[in-house]
Amino acid sequence: MEHHPASPAPDTGWPRIRTAGYDGFLVSFADRLSEPANRAALAFRAALDAAGWAGVEETSTSLTSAYLRFDPLWKPHAEVQALLADLLATQDWFAAALPTGRRLWRVPTVYGTDRAPQLAEAAAAAGVTPEAAIETLSTTRVRVQTIGFAAGQPYLGELPPAWDIPRQTALTPRVPVGALTVAIRQLVLFSVSTPTGWRHIGQTGFRLFRPESDAPFVLRPGDEVLFEQVTGDTLDRLAATGPDGGATAEPIR
Amino acid sequence: MSAELIIHQAGPGVTVQDLGRSGFLAYGLSHGGAADRLALAEGAALLGQPEDTACLELAGMGGTFEATADCRIALTGAPMRASIDGTRLAWHASHLLPAGARLSIGAAESGSYGYLHIGGGIATPPVLGARATHLAAGIGAPLAAGDRLPLGADTGTRTGMTFTPAPRFSGGAVRLVPSLQTDLFSPAERDRFTSTTFTRDTRGNRMGVPLLSDGAGFHIDGGLSVLSEVIVPGDVQITGDGTPFVLLSECQTTGGYPRIGSVLPVDLPRVAQARAGDMLRFSFITLEEACTIEARAAEARAKLPRLLRPLIRDPHSISDLLAYQLISGVTAGDDLERNTP
Repeated sequence: MEHHPASPAPDTGWPRIRTAGYDGFLVSFADRLSEPANRAALAFRAALDAAGWAGVEETSTSLTSAYLRFDPLWKPHAEVQALLADLLATQDWFAAALPTGRRLWRVPTVYGTDRAPQLAEAAAAAGVTPEAAIETLSTTRVRVQTIGFAAGQPYLGELPPAWDIPRQTALTPRVPVGALTVAIRQLVLFSVSTPTGWRHIGQTGFRLFRPESDAPFVLRPGDEVLFEQVTGDTLDRLAATGPDGGATAEPIR
Repeated sequence: MSAELIIHQAGPGVTVQDLGRSGFLAYGLSHGGAADRLALAEGAALLGQPEDTACLELAGMGGTFEATADCRIALTGAPMRASIDGTRLAWHASHLLPAGARLSIGAAESGSYGYLHIGGGIATPPVLGARATHLAAGIGAPLAAGDRLPLGADTGTRTGMTFTPAPRFSGGAVRLVPSLQTDLFSPAERDRFTSTTFTRDTRGNRMGVPLLSDGAGFHIDGGLSVLSEVIVPGDVQITGDGTPFVLLSECQTTGGYPRIGSVLPVDLPRVAQARAGDMLRFSFITLEEACTIEARAAEARAKLPRLLRPLIRDPHSISDLLAYQLISGVTAGDDLERNTP
């Protein structure tokens, strides 16, 4: 019963096709985050969208998986699984190109100070000085690996190995909207004000979810971001110009 | 000037809801929408309008409402004590709400989420294709005294109808399908889960409902850490201290806690409607069985309009019969004639 025919037995290697709830499939490329697995997930989701199967209701990605929700009255699970297996077999997804239409964002960021009080602590955990931390963080181009947890909120990576630092065991009671946080070689830029175990190292004026706007979600999976250092005064001035907080985008070709 | 619904007083969790938003999971926005979707289908059947018509969801407690024009209303979901200008109204039924009359809805008598549907629906401007308030995402907010909501044009006329709702307001048996992380739990742990009687915790909201039990918490083998992965409504996630948590419509889109199984969509209203202390038990079924059950449930929902019947009123229970009949709007006006031989 737990080993339903539509759920393959575990440990058969990657990629793996598993059911997700009553009406979904998850195609996973790894059980830990890696650049190739993330790229594979993004590319496979793009292929799912391009395939345009009639009974598909929605697709998305997590860090290393593509998700598909479908109408089980359209086709039984076994047939959808076969379609997915056929699509998987068409190419080496780990070597796939990234999705088209990606952009490079430059996001003005205040590192440390009382606006982002955990920079020194995070730098210490990574074994570097705060100055070296800022140098690395403000010049490393990170990619939106997935958007999740909250509306419009990106997980970005991958940072150099020194930044494989754990999340805090105790939660920070609240970080503000636009907070840049770090853990496990990833950055999260918060779209909501919430408690978190991620360390607050930078502050931006970038609003990532704008339900009232024609373009409510600013970032897309696959976009790349540079968190460029500015002073507090500059950020205040940029934040007053609108919800972008001075962030700019250019197409990646 | 179109008609409006005036909120004179509201419980803490009165929100505009419909079927929610599809297509934004990739951007981190879960579907949201009514906690009890069957209640939307019931309201739609009573008023003869589409299932995605926006209505008010009343979490635990209603409020006091007034319409600026005569309108039809339907009451579904968790039964609550309701009256118009002091005259008691049947729940799971449609009624006429005359302009200027006060509709009072009290606390839930059983279950958690009641629904107030209006002919023509709530006509607030859609956001991302729906009118549903999504509290976790900050789309909309709970309603408060003084709010006025625009109402859509009503094309129907029938009121005074009722039906027998599917029982789901006091816990009970809930069916799960295995999902992507079910195999992370040992067979013994899964058996322990399905042989445990849980009670719904007092915490719990539109994002999810924690479950309490007397035994030890539930855990995956070896306590290995799991990569954050896609969440769907219905997933039963086991949090760090071993507490199961059934995720509802406003859940996060991804999460790192392992999930032991996923509640069938058709059984999710039973979980959402359980109130603190109600008992819930879980059993696994296969996906084939789930498909059969869901197909049957879809047929039953489509059949709802044919299962309506006129409200039968016992004249002895109506304290002021003459006045009642003279208020021609409160019922269709012909209930007594229709139901008296």
